[in-house]
Amino acid sequence: MTRYLAGRLAEIVVVMAAMSFVIYGLIGLMPGDPIDIMAAGNPGITAEDVARLKALYGLDQPLMTRYWHWLTAALQLDFGYSRVHSQPVIDVIGPAILQTVKLAGLSLVLSLAVALALGIASALRPGGWLDTAGSLLAFAGISVPTFWLAILLILGFAVELGWLPASGMGEGAGDQIRHLILPVATLTIATAGQFIRFVRSSMIEVLRMDYIRTARAKGVGRRRLLLRHALRNALIPVVTVVALQFGGLFSGALVTETMFAWRGMGKMIYDAVLGNDYNLALVGLLFATALTLLGNLLADLAYAWLDPRISYR
Amino acid sequence: MNGAAVAGWRLRWRRFRRNRAAVASVGVLLLLVVFSLLAAPLEAMLGIDAFKADLLSRFDPPSAEHWLGTDDIGRDVLVRLMYGGQVSLAVGLAATLVGAVIGTAVGLLAGYYGGRLDALLMRLTDGVIALPLLPLLIVFAAVDLTKLGISAEAARSPAAGFWRIVVIIALVDWTSIARLVRAATLAVREREFVLAAKGSGAGALHVMRTHILPNVATPIIVACTLTVGRVILFESVLSFLGFGIVPPMPSWGNMLNNAQELITVAPAQAIYPGLLIFATVIAANFVGDGLQDAFDPKS
Repeated sequence: MTRYLAGRLAEIVVVMAAMSFVIYGLIGLMPGDPIDIMAAGNPGITAEDVARLKALYGLDQPLMTRYWHWLTAALQLDFGYSRVHSQPVIDVIGPAILQTVKLAGLSLVLSLAVALALGIASALRPGGWLDTAGSLLAFAGISVPTFWLAILLILGFAVELGWLPASGMGEGAGDQIRHLILPVATLTIATAGQFIRFVRSSMIEVLRMDYIRTARAKGVGRRRLLLRHALRNALIPVVTVVALQFGGLFSGALVTETMFAWRGMGKMIYDAVLGNDYNLALVGLLFATALTLLGNLLADLAYAWLDPRISYR
Repeated sequence: MNGAAVAGWRLRWRRFRRNRAAVASVGVLLLLVVFSLLAAPLEAMLGIDAFKADLLSRFDPPSAEHWLGTDDIGRDVLVRLMYGGQVSLAVGLAATLVGAVIGTAVGLLAGYYGGRLDALLMRLTDGVIALPLLPLLIVFAAVDLTKLGISAEAARSPAAGFWRIVVIIALVDWTSIARLVRAATLAVREREFVLAAKGSGAGALHVMRTHILPNVATPIIVACTLTVGRVILFESVLSFLGFGIVPPMPSWGNMLNNAQELITVAPAQAIYPGLLIFATVIAANFVGDGLQDAFDPKS
């Protein structure tokens, strides 16, 4: 187990190193560079000044050298300054993570609750009206463009009815909860679809198993049969899917946060790319990647922990 | 095609037909294609130009000339929705096909050769699956083509805008097909006809093309229908965020660029493009689901 874990962690480090290089290179290919942008906003700067500044910041060096400089600094947790925020990158990312955790965490819990209720109910009567409705809902959730769903909700609940704020973060706990309702609803609908389908198919499969028939024959009560015998086993693949969805949740959060001006990681990355804020975009993307990779590792570990038949050596 | 193969297809067709949602969805998709292709004829019939701005008729209500009214710079909304459909559907198909080619190549190589190459390619696939795709797509889309040595003129042409989005989506969305093709390749690799072909001295490329590929074609078809929907969603969200298809070329995604303004001024216009994306994607997913059931009754 320790060896397995060490191997997987080493793998994550390798992928992160590769990704950091790829993203570093890609970001260098984005329009303009920091000094050019600075020069464009300041007519007093001459061409010699630009060259001198580029030399000062090492921007005239080849890609490998620049990347190496960035990497050695980053390994000492020095990620540089954010151009747009005029703050160390770390100070910008911290609060953004908190906001994304609030938004994505709430949506994850809610969509799981919806998926469990609908998925189990559907699996008990495949082909019934509830199953049909649940499957339609699941397909709708998977197929709806998140930004359009947000537009619809804003149109309905903020513009027409005027019940909820259309965007922003609010001040104070109560107000913030009001501001959270529409983004959480958007992200929940967008993620629940996948989960409903997984819970349903996993539950149907388990209910066909011999041990369920045995338990029923023994006279186990319906409630106990469903919750202890069936659901516990049906949840194993679901847990994996949930952990694998970390990356998807991040992507969904990017759109949702942008639509509702919720200052989380997704919006931060989007704004950083738009505003040529290289340091911030780079670290934001790497953080999202690290989170996704760790989610995958957690998925595999949870799988082995929940299902004693599986062991990693 | 011999008798047994024909019977197999007939059986699949019968199974597919039983799925009413899937059959209806084929109809919906055909309607959407016809709708998109009618753009130029309708434009000619009404005698309008859907690309010409007319600032004197911003947000006009529906009329005999503009059936769904006009947009923020006075262009016909209906005709732009139709042209946008051509673009969105074309991106969806093209990116799926390019992704399928990449995925099939990776899957075939990994499955056929096995060993080190297999391990390497599958690690790569796992790695790509694990990435946060949307943020990554945004960075890809923000790349300045002129820094890659492409002339400024070519980089700004509509064709470059189209192919760039096709390529970047295909670059991240080939993984499910690669896995499927690898699994299917492993299943036929040791079959007698493959061994016979190898034994009689056929080259690896020949074996893969004539003996393995036809036998892994059905999972590829199914996976492609399931991919199209996701790809169209990627295109629409990228175009919506301003990183995809660039105006004046319309796409269902970029017609919502100014959604904030539309919501207050012309709410109906904030609904149409999204509704068309939604209809297309849900129909494609129903068809894919139906195909999967028809081709692989176990799942």
